[in-house]
Amino acid sequence: MSKPATPVAPPLKDELDIVIPTIRNLDFLEMWRPFFQPYHLIIVQDGDPTKTIKVPEGFDYELYNRNDINRILGPKASCISFKDSACRCFGFLVSKKKYIFTIDDDCFVAKDPTGKEINALQQHIQNLLTPSTPFFFNTLYDPFRDGADFVRGYPFSMREGVPTAVSHGLWLNIPDYDAPTQLVKPLERNTRYVDAVLTIPKGTLFPMCGMNLAFDRELIGPAMYFGLMGDGQPIGRYDDMWAGWCTKVITDHLGLGVKTGLPYIWHSKASNPFVNLKKEYKGIYWQEDIIPFFQSVTLPKECTTVQKCYTELSKLVKEKLGPIDPYFQKLADAMVTWIDAWDELNSPAQSAPAAADAKKDGSSSKKK
Amino acid sequence: MRNPPTLLSLAIDSAVINFCRISDLSFVPEHILLELFVRTLKAGKLNEKILKLFIATGKEEILSVIESLNIQHILVPVLPTLIIKDDEVDIVIGALQSDLTSFMEAWRPMFSRFHLIIVKDPDLKEELKVPGGFNLNLYTKSDMDKVVDSSSSTISFSGYSCRYFGYLMSRKKYIISIDDDCIPAKDSKGELIDAVAQHITNLTTPATPFFFNTLYDPFSEGTDFVRGYPFSLRSGVECGLSCGLWLNLADYDAPTQALKPSARNSRYVDAVLTVPARTMLPLSGINIAFNNELVGPTLLPAFRLAKEGKFRWETVEDIWTGMCAKVVCDHLRLGVKSGLPYVWRQERGNAVESLKKEWEGVQLMEEVVPFFQSVRLSEAAVTAEDCIAEIAASVKEQLGRSNPMFARAAENMVEWIKLWKQVRSL
Repeated sequence: MSKPATPVAPPLKDELDIVIPTIRNLDFLEMWRPFFQPYHLIIVQDGDPTKTIKVPEGFDYELYNRNDINRILGPKASCISFKDSACRCFGFLVSKKKYIFTIDDDCFVAKDPTGKEINALQQHIQNLLTPSTPFFFNTLYDPFRDGADFVRGYPFSMREGVPTAVSHGLWLNIPDYDAPTQLVKPLERNTRYVDAVLTIPKGTLFPMCGMNLAFDRELIGPAMYFGLMGDGQPIGRYDDMWAGWCTKVITDHLGLGVKTGLPYIWHSKASNPFVNLKKEYKGIYWQEDIIPFFQSVTLPKECTTVQKCYTELSKLVKEKLGPIDPYFQKLADAMVTWIDAWDELNSPAQSAPAAADAKKDGSSSKKK
Repeated sequence: MRNPPTLLSLAIDSAVINFCRISDLSFVPEHILLELFVRTLKAGKLNEKILKLFIATGKEEILSVIESLNIQHILVPVLPTLIIKDDEVDIVIGALQSDLTSFMEAWRPMFSRFHLIIVKDPDLKEELKVPGGFNLNLYTKSDMDKVVDSSSSTISFSGYSCRYFGYLMSRKKYIISIDDDCIPAKDSKGELIDAVAQHITNLTTPATPFFFNTLYDPFSEGTDFVRGYPFSLRSGVECGLSCGLWLNLADYDAPTQALKPSARNSRYVDAVLTVPARTMLPLSGINIAFNNELVGPTLLPAFRLAKEGKFRWETVEDIWTGMCAKVVCDHLRLGVKSGLPYVWRQERGNAVESLKKEWEGVQLMEEVVPFFQSVRLSEAAVTAEDCIAEIAASVKEQLGRSNPMFARAAENMVEWIKLWKQVRSL
């Protein structure tokens, strides 16, 4: 492959924010430096706001802790989870960019089978900037990748594809298993590098993992609410699942695409399966009702924006899932709060003051 | 100084490596037979078929060695779900070229265990050349004429459709079919891929069409269902169809291949996945396998282009059949898998030349997609035959009006089901 004579600017440098939830530290950023340094970071600090989280030198970032979240959202802050990585969606809320890439602080750079380090961010960008094909399955996977195309029999009328809203990446080493599976197979590692990106077909739900995820904020942002999890909530480790089901229903309705597959990151930390079991316990039961709910949801034609879709969804959640447990009524209310907060922070008039708030606070925001 | 190996020793070693070519050991002197047995064991190459060969010699010493070693006729399953007997599989090959020697030799290590059905394209004038050492049945035009009255029927077995006659004749549970211009491919480690074994694995492990697993086939080695996958859906459903892929010459249509003449598929994607329910896919006949007991009648010759040719990009018959098959599988709650195995598809034909031909049917295929995506079958349709009958009726009613080609396809489908039942009642 030929290289350009002058260095090319990193793609979407000024249009993409990297959102990282953390409660420990950001040491992992050192490994990602060659790939992340050109981009702006939004750090969402979970847990004790009095603790100082050091950001490695040389990164351009804004950092929000619980005090910032309370200050910026006021009473609406109740929709943002505490003591759970679900708090990351606050970063989506305050971002001003078109694209978001979110990654966990125990995810490192993986290597492909040739030994080359994988630039996960670049692959996500490529996934988002090329169309998806949700209406008909292409057996050679993403036809917009180099070296692939639509196969014989793929309807010509569908070959333009639709805009891609979400790019869902995968993980080598510690796979994203639930607690029961972790208990049964504590030593299993994902060593299979599957060299494919593919569109998840319309009408099909999937388990969306928030560890290695990118999306087009303008196309689908308001649907990326990670729910009420963690402290004071009956459930945990279902935040990204919830966001994924809502997102898929809405992207299907609006004719947008969701891709999954490459890029891989290296997931290093296996969480405690017994702790996980406690968090997931209710979710494992509830999911048997939640899934049929999402599989049968239909949104009315009048829902032409993500916010309208999401608001409608919140009504349906209250009505259909409310009877299962009062938690769902709370969740439905939080979904409405989230949309209110989104609209408030993302209407044109509001964009300037919110950014200024982040810098004024004790949390430092360094410019390169 | 060490003695160089004797000629006999070299011959025995060679025999161990080439067991797939040996169908009879009765002529071998007993002492050599014993040595051969020992070396086969040492090389770890003793399998059911080879064991049978040794036992068939009836030689006492061999039989007593087998007994003393307590070797038993048990096939160790790869996955603890199903045990496949070799006699449950038919490999159906449609011969569009007359000399199948290099094709069969290339596949010998994978095919030799199984029964083969070779069907000669009725348009092929030359005699078929097929190498020996296979357990096979050969069908030609005269066999087809006995079963299907060509004067009254519109079903044609010409070209790629010749293999359907093989499906009709087969009584086995699993059928695997590969185009005769494909040879075994190599995986990313450089090892030859046993496409037959992979198809069998796909067909005998559950499929998961109701919810997408992001780590692909959860029943593969080293993987599982991910967090968030509903537990009630984790037992999966039976797999009806296994669609393999192609390295080198991918299955592109003529315009695509003509636009990118040097495009070759070199990407080995190490995955099998279930194509979700209600999602259509382009089924390529180049490298497929199916559960004949569950979906057999669905793989049928129905839709032909007016000027269908002898290159895959001059046909759409498998695409039509594939959409019917997916509708049937979705309705019967069976799975369709896609991905591994890969085969190596050899260079053949000129896409630009094919483009020059006029195809009435390719445009027509665009019209059928909405039909297949929306067709729903009744609760009463509980077998593949029932489903095909209902689809045919819908095709006739909804599509048949706009174009006689669809009406004819519907008729072919109805006739095929009749044939299917007739052949099986004999």
